[in-house]
Amino acid sequence: MKPGRAYAQAIRRVAAAFAMAALASMANAASAGEVPRRVVSMNLCTDQLAMLLAEDGQLHSVSHLATDPEASVLAVEARGYRVNHGLAEEVFLMRPDLVLAGAYTTRATVALLRRLGFRAEEFEPEASFDDVRANIRRMGALLGHQERAEAMVAALDRDLAEASAQPSRAASAALYSSNSYVSGSGTLADAALGASGLDNVADMLGIKGAGRVPLEALIMADPDLVVTSESDFARPALAQENFRHPAFRALSAHKMAVSVPDKLWICGAPFTVEAVRILRRAAAGQPIERGDAR
Amino acid sequence: MTLLKLDSLSVSLGARRVVDNASLEIGEGECVGLIGPNGAGKSTLLRATLGLLAAEGGIEIAGRSASAWSARQRAGHVAYLPQDHEIAWPVSVERLVALGRAPHRGPFDGLGPRDQAAIEAAMRRMEVDRFRAQPATRLSGGEKARVLIARALAQEAPLLLADEPTAGLDPSHQIALMRLFRTLADEGRAVVASLHDLGLAARWCTRLVLLDRGRIIADGAPDTVLTDEALHAVYGVTAFRATADGGMVLQPLDIVDASRQGEKNP
Amino acid sequence: MSEDARYRLVLAGLAMLVAVLFTLSLTVGPAAIAFSDSLAGLLSDDRGAIALIMREIRLPRAILGLMIGATLGLSGAVLQGYLRNPLAEPGLLGISASASLGAVLAIYIGLSAALPLGLPLAALSGAVLAVLVIQALAGIRGGTLTIILAGVAVSSFAGAMTSLALNLSPNPFAALEIVFWMLGSLTDRSMAHVWLSGPFMLVGWAMLGCLGRPLDMLTLGADAAQSMGVGMRRMQFLAVIGTAASVGAATAVAGAIGFVGLVVPHILRPLVGALPSRLLPASALGGAAMLLAADVLVRLVAPGKDLKLGVLTAIVGAPFFLWLVWKTRRTML
Repeated sequence: MKPGRAYAQAIRRVAAAFAMAALASMANAASAGEVPRRVVSMNLCTDQLAMLLAEDGQLHSVSHLATDPEASVLAVEARGYRVNHGLAEEVFLMRPDLVLAGAYTTRATVALLRRLGFRAEEFEPEASFDDVRANIRRMGALLGHQERAEAMVAALDRDLAEASAQPSRAASAALYSSNSYVSGSGTLADAALGASGLDNVADMLGIKGAGRVPLEALIMADPDLVVTSESDFARPALAQENFRHPAFRALSAHKMAVSVPDKLWICGAPFTVEAVRILRRAAAGQPIERGDAR
Repeated sequence: MTLLKLDSLSVSLGARRVVDNASLEIGEGECVGLIGPNGAGKSTLLRATLGLLAAEGGIEIAGRSASAWSARQRAGHVAYLPQDHEIAWPVSVERLVALGRAPHRGPFDGLGPRDQAAIEAAMRRMEVDRFRAQPATRLSGGEKARVLIARALAQEAPLLLADEPTAGLDPSHQIALMRLFRTLADEGRAVVASLHDLGLAARWCTRLVLLDRGRIIADGAPDTVLTDEALHAVYGVTAFRATADGGMVLQPLDIVDASRQGEKNP
Repeated sequence: MSEDARYRLVLAGLAMLVAVLFTLSLTVGPAAIAFSDSLAGLLSDDRGAIALIMREIRLPRAILGLMIGATLGLSGAVLQGYLRNPLAEPGLLGISASASLGAVLAIYIGLSAALPLGLPLAALSGAVLAVLVIQALAGIRGGTLTIILAGVAVSSFAGAMTSLALNLSPNPFAALEIVFWMLGSLTDRSMAHVWLSGPFMLVGWAMLGCLGRPLDMLTLGADAAQSMGVGMRRMQFLAVIGTAASVGAATAVAGAIGFVGLVVPHILRPLVGALPSRLLPASALGGAAMLLAADVLVRLVAPGKDLKLGVLTAIVGAPFFLWLVWKTRRTML
């Protein structure tokens, strides 16, 4: 072989080796400036935000919860992705360059994945619309789609303003769920209520977060609108007993009542505005779902 | 050689003085019966001697203060047979008797030939060798008692303290046990056994120690201790006394009050 | 067959069972790795995917399953021997309840989020605190009954505090995390957990292992045992501290796993001639086998759902224990 050609071949080989190494390191650990190309999400809320913000081929896998129509708004879309169960081995084999997780319950797995050299970002659950905006922006930054995220936030603000502009006949509302839980201040449901111009009776009763309120107190608080959440579990549970109580039925029979699907405000995302819209319509006296107690 | 020396031993349980200034010395060759009514303090005396209870006064074992011995060393000098026949697990008889060899073994030693010999001798002496493979908890009360005595014998300690060892045994085994104690004494060891049966105590012991309300009332040969006055004052009974087959015979007859009040019994 | 020969056979059989289950534990998991590949990956030195999964995910899980199972079996056997009661189990001293409380508080106040090993460390602190309280309550000369009562008191208090934490938790996610943690699990534990809990468990084993001969002698009762040279104070110290160290560390890492310490000594007691000193190593091996088997089942039965280990041991252990009691009710001590 002529020396020139041998030299060229050697250069090519070295370059190829370098390229391979570079690609390998990019695939294994996205450093701060790199846009992740293979994202795995292990949490329902990060699943949905990622599905909304990622470009084609960027999001590789979502958690199995995302395919559950009771819990996930984007259940249909979720079927287009690989499903994971939040186990380190599964995720490891997917070789992601970014792992998205919630701040609770998968802690051991996230710690182990970090130990193995994966980049993991944990998201706190959203408790207000500010949190929603922050998480959307953060997700956008992580996925390298800041403009898309900003657009989403702008659309969210527009929709919120639009929803609040509608007239309202109701002043106070009660968010009443299974097991007599009400959502007080510091929850997303409460934020949605506030955005639709209603006062949360739970706030007036001093509830922070999710708390239990005796039926008596609820009736005394005399809400104008009773909001229940439409999570119809396949099997009846004692938890649903509170809805069958005659006092509650009496209360909701004489008041305006509306049912909001839980999945709209389990996770904070642009679709949470839909909850605000539903509440606003109900408050304006044009109930879209004239839901009643079960 | 003095195997045990108690110097003004006193034990208080709460405010009550259960043992009050007890002093005695036990030497080789003695078969001592510790007698006294219920609540006299016999068990407490034995337990205090072994350090199972807090006590005031001096305790010397084999010439040295009891506190100078480690628990294991002391176990090589004194063996104890408690009153309650507790066996927590269904261990085989042979294994149970083998527990008596523990003071002579290191923590992870197996059973050497000397140990095996002692275990065999002990089981044969108490006639429990035919039960050797059975779980000890399945035996009758008397058989269980004999197994536990065998354990104490296997310990091969010069001094044996036994708390009511004849309880639960039938007459032949009671006598066999007292014979054994006497033989051990003749072999140069010593036995201190607390007894309720005055007849056995009178006939088989070389020496009796009479305890009443925590105090040692009398200490000496059976005929000097078991006087009518002593039986009257301490036990509140009258007794029949005789000699037969080379030994003393004592049989309590009646309670003192009843015989005073008009001859109830002939 | 002589008692000695049967004992050796039992130990050998159990050891083999543990070895088989350990290997099985290494080869079960969501990643479909062939048997030979998995073992090759474990022993090889390269940094490929298989080797990494084996060394960093499956190996710590198997090691913890073995060590925690051995801990529960051993401490159960020691406590049954020490308290002379076949119904005793490691939870009786309140150690696991207090360790759980420590972990729960760590989740509640956010410590587990702040420090990577914050949760196991908090759980260990809970166990230490429990031991101090028990020693204070029972005193140095406290008998076994006092120890049991002190343990029950600590256990009840810790349980009440845990329920209170759950009750007052405003954050439903934290409450859920607490509940799941308490059910017991070995999922995705890493070698860091092994290094954290391992030394404590080894120290605990060393202390508990010394109690073989004294426990034998305790068969005859506390008085007879003391007269033969057993130091009751030393025994109490070794039993309580040894249990606290090993069971505390085990609970700190895996949550509350019940029934192993109760059932294993029960099953093995007839096989070792009821001799407490022989029951100790047998129960350690038996406990390791039981927990490894449960951990394998957890991954085979419901691979997608995260079935909790403590739930499985309870589901299997409780009916088994009922059957055991039924079978031996006439001969039960």
